[in-house]
Amino acid sequence: MTPGAPGAPALELARSVRAGSVSAGEVVERHLGAIDAVDGELHAFVTVLHESARGEAAAVDRRVAAGEDPGPLAGVPVAIKDNMCTRGLPTTCSSRILGGWRPPYDATAVQRLRAAGAVVIGKTNLDEFAMGSSTENSAFGPTHNPHDPTRVPGGSSGGSAAAVAAGLAPLALGSDTGGSIRQPAALCGVVGMKPTYGTVSRYGLVAFASSLDQIGPITATVAESAVLFDVIGGHDPMDSTCLERPAPRTVSALDDGVEGLRVGLVAELVDGADEAVGARVRQAAEVLAAGGARVDEISIPELGHGLPAYYVLAPAEASSNLSRYDGVRYGLRVEAETAEAMNAATRAAGFGPEVKRRIMLGTYALSAGYYDAYYRQAQKVRTIIIDALGAAYQRFDVLLGATTPTTAFALGAKVDDPWAMYLSDVCTVPSNLAGHPAISIPFGTDGSGLPVGVQVLAPSLGEAVMFQVAVVVEHGAPVIAPPRIRAA
Amino acid sequence: MSAAGTGWEPVIGLEVHCELKTETKLFCGCRNAFGDEPNTNICPVCLGLPGSLPVLNMRAVEYAMRIGLALHCEIRPSIFHRKNYFYPDMPKDYQVSQYDAPINVDGWLELPDASRVRIERAHMEEDTGKTSHIGGGGRIHDADYALVDYNRAGVPLVEIVSAPDIRSSIQARLYASELRGILVATGASDGRMEEGSMRVDANVSVRPAGTDELGTRCEIKNLNSLRSLGRAIEYEIERQVGVLESGDKVTQQTRHWNEDEGVTVALRSKEEAFDYRYFPEPDLVPVVPDAGWQSQVAASVGPMPADRRDTLGSLLGTEPLTRAHADQIATVVEHGLDGLVTAAAAAGVDVSLALARTANEASADPEAARRLDASAFVALLRMEQDGKLSATQAKTVLADMLENGGDPAEIARRRGFEALDTDSLATVVAEVVSAHPDEWQRYRNGEDKLVGFFTGHIMRATSNRANGKAVAAELRRLRA
Repeated sequence: MTPGAPGAPALELARSVRAGSVSAGEVVERHLGAIDAVDGELHAFVTVLHESARGEAAAVDRRVAAGEDPGPLAGVPVAIKDNMCTRGLPTTCSSRILGGWRPPYDATAVQRLRAAGAVVIGKTNLDEFAMGSSTENSAFGPTHNPHDPTRVPGGSSGGSAAAVAAGLAPLALGSDTGGSIRQPAALCGVVGMKPTYGTVSRYGLVAFASSLDQIGPITATVAESAVLFDVIGGHDPMDSTCLERPAPRTVSALDDGVEGLRVGLVAELVDGADEAVGARVRQAAEVLAAGGARVDEISIPELGHGLPAYYVLAPAEASSNLSRYDGVRYGLRVEAETAEAMNAATRAAGFGPEVKRRIMLGTYALSAGYYDAYYRQAQKVRTIIIDALGAAYQRFDVLLGATTPTTAFALGAKVDDPWAMYLSDVCTVPSNLAGHPAISIPFGTDGSGLPVGVQVLAPSLGEAVMFQVAVVVEHGAPVIAPPRIRAA
Repeated sequence: MSAAGTGWEPVIGLEVHCELKTETKLFCGCRNAFGDEPNTNICPVCLGLPGSLPVLNMRAVEYAMRIGLALHCEIRPSIFHRKNYFYPDMPKDYQVSQYDAPINVDGWLELPDASRVRIERAHMEEDTGKTSHIGGGGRIHDADYALVDYNRAGVPLVEIVSAPDIRSSIQARLYASELRGILVATGASDGRMEEGSMRVDANVSVRPAGTDELGTRCEIKNLNSLRSLGRAIEYEIERQVGVLESGDKVTQQTRHWNEDEGVTVALRSKEEAFDYRYFPEPDLVPVVPDAGWQSQVAASVGPMPADRRDTLGSLLGTEPLTRAHADQIATVVEHGLDGLVTAAAAAGVDVSLALARTANEASADPEAARRLDASAFVALLRMEQDGKLSATQAKTVLADMLENGGDPAEIARRRGFEALDTDSLATVVAEVVSAHPDEWQRYRNGEDKLVGFFTGHIMRATSNRANGKAVAAELRRLRA
């Protein structure tokens, strides 16, 4: 593989750029070329940033030429889920309602990537406002799974997962509210990680459900995931829910192995999954056991309440977060006689059906007379899940399970059955409710050659041990054939 | 009081919103300023742009605590909620406010008439923007279009909610006025009703006198001055009494005070009330002021108006406190000019004179008066007290000092305000007396009020250079 070619590991690219053996401009050009060649079929990107990416790459090259430190991710193209603000560049959330809007500021995570020398190459497709599990709820059409274009890439960060899987960007950012990083990573055969709530700033992430949303890396390997997490993590005074802790340092723990670690194989995260998926999870457990970990089964029945609680809390917060799209200040406006009528007409035209469904669900759950029965009850369930996981971590360092109950399903298979679609999140939602970190690692395929994801869950701020275990799973994983759609 | 003797008792509670005069807004670093060019003090946060997040201004929390402490409230760990409703000048279409866990609870406010009004809560929230309707006479429904200024969006507010302890429009005005004094004294707000930095809503109900059960209330909005507060409450009491006496029931409503027509008009009833769908604001963390911070803030809050009035009153010593004194003291405290009076008292100058000059003259320009050099002010009072300046001359010199500063003796010299010497004064008095023999005779017969008549003539004859006390003394001497 020539230096700087698409598909190369991010750190290798950065090393070459820093050493001056390839220019950031060249790296970016090759990736833009690959996107232009295959994204017509894949549709991972909502906006490809040819111009600004070239400008950012040139800036990196100037720093290299001037002998300055261009940063640890010098010249590495990175794809950003299009619900993160990029200054002066379209940020759509894959919704018509944000048509024409260009934020006047960068999300903190984007800012930190740029400061590390990374080049934002494009904005990736998602389910509208991150509401969905297949990227089919995009106002701009679905993204296809690079392993099988008739299937979904998962969602809502389907564009980012597909872009990394297809080698169009070595690194990507996604956001995970109920599994939106891990589930598409699993379905596309890449690594997706949701950090502990409060370790990565949400400033500039367009809110879906504020108490659950977290930005995280989507990468080809666990090592890259850790690098990217270390770059974007750390306290940000612009986000009050961001923990007052220094930037994380997880990369150094990657090679520590699993000798003596206690791993809990969670029955509820295996039994509910398809047989092929469950078998792969058990195989991953054997890999860890072979590495010296003590693996035991554990049942956490409370996790079963996660999904219903999530589908009360997330829509409730969303119904409030999305009320600002009223046609007054930015984005779409449908003119009408009164301000109220303008608001209604704008929202009727601007939001897709799934977003409307969740706004209605959430509005209902917060309404006078229903708050106690729904919102408050769901918060209690949330506490129960946190307590149950807390008890499990008394016995185990990490937990192991499937990321998704199934592998990639066919486009259109679940669009008319919201509950079937919601069930895709059943294994991932508990970590969001608890605010804990979790990572999905590709681990072989099912009988049809579709990637399977294995999930490692860790307690709050347990990223280092989580990555440590993830690396061992990764090394023991059966190789997956390259996707059908990929950079040449 | 219209309801007095009618068999009905009014029950009134006030909700007062005051803008905190912090440098920056509640959740962002934008300038908190009144009267700037529209939409110049805005940023992604106070515009509620997608992806932006609030960060709490701790100075605003401190100001809220000052208000709570001044109102004898308990300061509690508090959280913010979202109050969801659509309005074009509200950027996020929800207002971040404190709901069931406010920072200040259970306080009280003592009025100058010694009555006490309980304070239920004083909580923090953010202000909205401001909409101007253009065309069609500025009314919402006829307007051609609307413009929104978001400079005010996100300005910190404290809403002070009283218990329904107020029983008359007069007491309501007293409460609002005393509360304004407290807000100013804490330094947390400038309490300007006309600029909207203090806004009052009144909850009014009536019930048969002697009963305990609360009647159905109406909330009155758009009260932009103490005068409209009083008038609106008067009107509303009469309206509700009329409704009840005709055998109808009062409907729970929000009503709008129409200042021009002097009436309240129904805005919306309870059934049409918004469901605000309050829930805890997930973008903010709880505010838990620890004991150390609380005592630090408590120490930074100076004495409250009631205490300051007591202090000034005590300076009169054995002199009886008249109604005029009380009014002057209230004015002095309201404008924060206590220092002028205490300096005069410390220097042994007549406190009544100091109160009069401070309340009647200096307070005409309170800002200049607060800058006034206290020792120069005391020197001026002494010149007047010693008869070196007439009252009129002293007032003129004081006006000059307020405008330009400077030494009173120097100003008096420059203006030619040399006190009339005793001989010249005696000459003028003798001339005036002989020119009005009839009045002089009546004065000699004991008609004391004619002192005013003679003093007026003497003042005119001396171009106000005579000292009133010296004139009175000379008249008394001649009569004896």
